[in-house]
Amino acid sequence: MAIYLTKESKVLVQGMTGAEGMKHTRRMLAAGTDVVGGVNPRKAGRTVDFDNRTVPVFGSVREGIERTGADVTVVFVPPAFAEAAVVEAADAGIGLAVVITEGIPVHDSVALTAHARAKGTRVIGPNCPGLITPGQSNAGIIPPDITKPGRIGLVSKSGTLTYQLMYELRDIGFSTCVGIGGDPVVGTSHIDCLAAFEDDPDTELIVLIGEIGGDAEERAAAHIRAHVTKPVVAYIAGFTAPEGRTMGHAGAIVSGSSGTARAKKEALESVGVRVGSTPTETARHVLEALDAPAGAAPDGAARDGARA
Amino acid sequence: MDLYEHQARELFKEHGIVVPRAEVTDSPERAREVARALGGRAVVKAQVKTGGRGKAGGVRLAADPAEAEEAARRILGMDIRGHTVGTVMLAEPCDIEREFYVSYVLDRASGGFLAIASAEGGTEIEEVAARRPEAVARIPVDPATGVHTATAVRIADAAGLPPQTVDTLVRLWKVLVREDALLVEVNPLVRTAEGRIVALDGKVTLDDNARFRQSRWGETRQEDADSLEARAGAKGLNYVKLDGEVGVIGNGAGLVMSTLDVVAGCGARPANFLDIGGGASARVMADGLSVVLSDPDVRSVLVNVFGGITACDAVADGIVRALDEVRLTKPLVVRLDGNNAARGRALLDARAHPLVEQATTMDGAARRAARLATAASTAGQAG
Repeated sequence: MAIYLTKESKVLVQGMTGAEGMKHTRRMLAAGTDVVGGVNPRKAGRTVDFDNRTVPVFGSVREGIERTGADVTVVFVPPAFAEAAVVEAADAGIGLAVVITEGIPVHDSVALTAHARAKGTRVIGPNCPGLITPGQSNAGIIPPDITKPGRIGLVSKSGTLTYQLMYELRDIGFSTCVGIGGDPVVGTSHIDCLAAFEDDPDTELIVLIGEIGGDAEERAAAHIRAHVTKPVVAYIAGFTAPEGRTMGHAGAIVSGSSGTARAKKEALESVGVRVGSTPTETARHVLEALDAPAGAAPDGAARDGARA
Repeated sequence: MDLYEHQARELFKEHGIVVPRAEVTDSPERAREVARALGGRAVVKAQVKTGGRGKAGGVRLAADPAEAEEAARRILGMDIRGHTVGTVMLAEPCDIEREFYVSYVLDRASGGFLAIASAEGGTEIEEVAARRPEAVARIPVDPATGVHTATAVRIADAAGLPPQTVDTLVRLWKVLVREDALLVEVNPLVRTAEGRIVALDGKVTLDDNARFRQSRWGETRQEDADSLEARAGAKGLNYVKLDGEVGVIGNGAGLVMSTLDVVAGCGARPANFLDIGGGASARVMADGLSVVLSDPDVRSVLVNVFGGITACDAVADGIVRALDEVRLTKPLVVRLDGNNAARGRALLDARAHPLVEQATTMDGAARRAARLATAASTAGQAG
């Protein structure tokens, strides 16, 4: 079943005719995504040929929905136009907007997420790699060939750590992997994904990847205590980050005593979540939790060694 | 980007918030003239982007122009929490009757903004907030409507601020929105003996992502950056200098942060954070390596790449290019996985540089780089 994205999803690409949009639309099609159209008011009526498929360009998201029944849009437009793109998609009634664009001003992110919420549109991102349901559909830029369908649900603030964990756990496979993005304001939270994975019969265990900044992981811990029955394994990046310095992601900053990796780890551990100290150890925790739910200790180290 | 107090003051003034008369200078002689123009008495304040200036002796009240010059001479060049004072601001003193605190901050939890206000402003606001949170009002602001008079009245009422502050609350919201700020804070906002509301000190943090439409702040960005950071920034690299000995380069903020942690877990200290970003070209990789290698504290370098969009062969090509451009004197440990990893590894194998070795896992690579750095520093001490 997976969450948010399945093989039934019909995907529009806003910004498909740009360089990034073209490159990733080709990749999405190759991964099996049903890309039904691009959106560009200046190129409406044209078509774009990809390897095995010709994709029409519509003048608006509304037209794209009316003509194709699209229910997902992936946004590649530049930062200055991203807010307008999401507002247009939400007004047209799209169910899911995946915003890949990096560098959107926070005031715009606040406005676009609030508008989408009011219209009932789920936003993933901005500044995220998107989401993938392996073997079914891929909306965004996550490499589709790292892993296979399986029983782990993954939610992460970081793109590359998403890939790293997908790779480490490639033998088990994933129901859906969601990169929610590292900006201070994002449309979909760890908690939203935890709730969706909890309700998803295909997901047996949830991996949560967090990082310094804000208190999203602490809030996720409170949610897990109250609502999540499935095992959760977590990883937090940024233990060595100094105070007051932004570490790559706009939201990854320790300010004063808040936002530290240690506080996040402790909050998660206090509700029974196993937190790995490296991506590899995190993967080992997952293997142990899946192989031996009763609490026996399989030889994770040997398995890791065999892999290396 | 944080602004200096005097820059925040200029923004407030432009948006009609009352601020004391003031001027900035880097010269004690000029400080004397400014104090004279302000009427003799002046508050002399260090301009640094950190708190705790008062306690560090960076704020002095001068009774006359001679004292202002002397105060400026003492403050200029001071070190306040690692920040060297390059300029002072001289401001007209005012007779404070009451102090308040007002700010608008980004609220990540709600994805909106919060008004935070208190009738007990001043330097102790953090302690007030910790000890008596009920004395600090926190009111969500609907981004669609913003702060108009009615909202400002509600904020003032909730915090116990006098009605005269409502106008400042409305104007301060305009500063936040029009300047693309993540934080605007006035502390203290004061009522003077004559009943005027004046912003005595303020803090503004601007959103770097909005620079494309806020171009006038473009020049202020690099002024106090570490020179290597400025160099890296100019090349589009995301670089943060740290105080260790293992140089760390990777792709993606999360993976690089994670690599720093794994290096630290191996008993070494990371020397920097350097993210070559997604889809990095060979050029970007070569630039990144030359930035890290030019840091004298670096004793070994760890390149950790998981190729998603980034192609490992491009990364390897960048490393090979860098080896041709700079003489490598420090060991380099490279871990490549993901997109085109086999081709990348083969490229490095073919180059066969004696100081470059490859590792198959992230943990193994970090262990090796940490050991090489430790060995280098031991050898350095022995020599």
